[in-house]
Amino acid sequence: MSNIPVELKYAKTHEWARTNDDGSVTVGISDTAQDQLGDMVFIEVPEVGATVTAEEACAVVESVKAASDVYAPVGGKIVEVNEGLADSPETVNNDAYGEGWIFRIEPSDAGELGALMDADGYTGFLAAEDH
Amino acid sequence: MPFIPHSETDVREMLATIGSDSIEELFDEIPDSLRTGKLSGVPEGMIEQEITRLMMQRAEADGRPLCFMGAGAYDHHIPAAVWEITTRGEFYSAYTPYQAEASQGTLQLIYEYQTMMAQLTGLDVSNASLYDGASGLAEAVLMAVRANRKSKSRRILIPTTVHPYYRQTTHTIVNNQKIELVEVPYCPEGGNTLAEALKQYEGEDIAALVIQQPNFFGILEDVDILTDWAHAQGALVIGVANPIAMALLKPPGAWGVKGADIACGEGQPLGVPMMGGGPYFGFMCCKQEFVRQMPGRIVGRTVDRDDVVGYTLTLQAREQHIRRSKATSNICTNQGLLVTAATIHMSLLGAEGLKRVAQACHANARKLVDALTASEYVEPVFKRPYFHETALRFSLPLDNVMRPLNAHNILPGYALQQDYPELADTLLVCATETRTDADIEMYADHLGRIIKTQTAAGCPVKPKMA
Repeated sequence: MSNIPVELKYAKTHEWARTNDDGSVTVGISDTAQDQLGDMVFIEVPEVGATVTAEEACAVVESVKAASDVYAPVGGKIVEVNEGLADSPETVNNDAYGEGWIFRIEPSDAGELGALMDADGYTGFLAAEDH
Repeated sequence: MPFIPHSETDVREMLATIGSDSIEELFDEIPDSLRTGKLSGVPEGMIEQEITRLMMQRAEADGRPLCFMGAGAYDHHIPAAVWEITTRGEFYSAYTPYQAEASQGTLQLIYEYQTMMAQLTGLDVSNASLYDGASGLAEAVLMAVRANRKSKSRRILIPTTVHPYYRQTTHTIVNNQKIELVEVPYCPEGGNTLAEALKQYEGEDIAALVIQQPNFFGILEDVDILTDWAHAQGALVIGVANPIAMALLKPPGAWGVKGADIACGEGQPLGVPMMGGGPYFGFMCCKQEFVRQMPGRIVGRTVDRDDVVGYTLTLQAREQHIRRSKATSNICTNQGLLVTAATIHMSLLGAEGLKRVAQACHANARKLVDALTASEYVEPVFKRPYFHETALRFSLPLDNVMRPLNAHNILPGYALQQDYPELADTLLVCATETRTDADIEMYADHLGRIIKTQTAAGCPVKPKMA
């Protein structure tokens, strides 16, 4: 059974989003996603200051098995990236929802978060994907 | 690894297994409108005896002229051992080996090639090669646009001193990818690219600057000044280099304060004979920080579970079978056989041998220029140092000189006017280490006589050979 924290929102492309106190949104990939991809060897983070739209590919996670795009769950400006992943990409495997965060966005329209799934929705989505 | 094609029986059995009558039937789903039908213009097959005769006739028609032409492909000595070893059955495959368990020898050879190229260009990593120098530059331009994440412009500065074919090929490949190639004119006196010519782009968003060293005119560019200018603008630097010249000149990785970011070029001078249009091979090297944007295959060294050294393709997440449409390039093959020859060629010459070849080239080119410009009708066009070729201007119609020289079985050089309309009656001449003093003397003697005939006072008669 995957670890799917209830306080987060999820995208169909397996990103999670956490709304911080300052309104910014931290993004990473779900525990299920890291598990399926396997051992991470490289994480390409976006440029700080870059503007992205919702569902735009803006980071890449590369594992021993595959490389996969990470999509912005909401549009906005990239305000911070996890520089630590350059030296230790395995953090995404070890702590997908914590230290393994990938970037932080200042959303241009917080309403876009409403389009994401909650934990129950994502659990159901994964179950449906399995079949 | 033996390659045995399917026999008739194999094919019949496979078709029977899937319940099909013919191979043709497997293509049924392709609509008739999309099929080419019967190929026209393809002659009937020939028997071996006929084809041998045809090929010999064609080869004889080419002749074996004394070559003073460079312009991108160079007539170097290739030790007999190079192709003797390269064409052994174990190496005789042009394709990159996917299966590490069956291809350790080839993989190690490519690894050694990469090591040599990285050393020669002064950069951190090399790929397993690309198709040729021209497409190599196009790939380098695409790579620079991906790698320069600070730049949003997709604009590339490309001096007109870069090989005209390379510029055309690059244009063809990147034209539909919203990449803008901005040409920078050369200095008419020096034949090089001046920092002043770049000044108008100062402060603008430029993804990369291309610098060819030596440039198409054979002239040495001020690579340090140009490299530092580009880096100050936030642009990357793509160095197009002649690998033989790199044995003597500062390698791209050492240009300016930070060094060129990507080096590419034509590998033909390293053990590949001059052939009509190829196959040649392109090389590409870059700084470590850009390796994930590099196209093509890369072989890495590792250890297996018994701690024994082994070689395998690495960093494949860049490639099309994994990244699909987001791959760094759809060129994920290389010129394996030519790289094999180049690796053996470089191994036999060694660093010292390569340097001596480069020195001999330069010395011979100087002798050639001295011998030809002894005539008052011939003068150097550019007043800057060159490597093994440079441009000479004739004060009489070039055609009238080239035709008789060709008739004497001499390839006198490359007429620059076809690519540079302003360079009328200008010949790009080259001498490598293979041109002897006697060769140079023969060229100069014939030229002297031709000029004398054509310029004789009161004698409008054209020379016999013309």
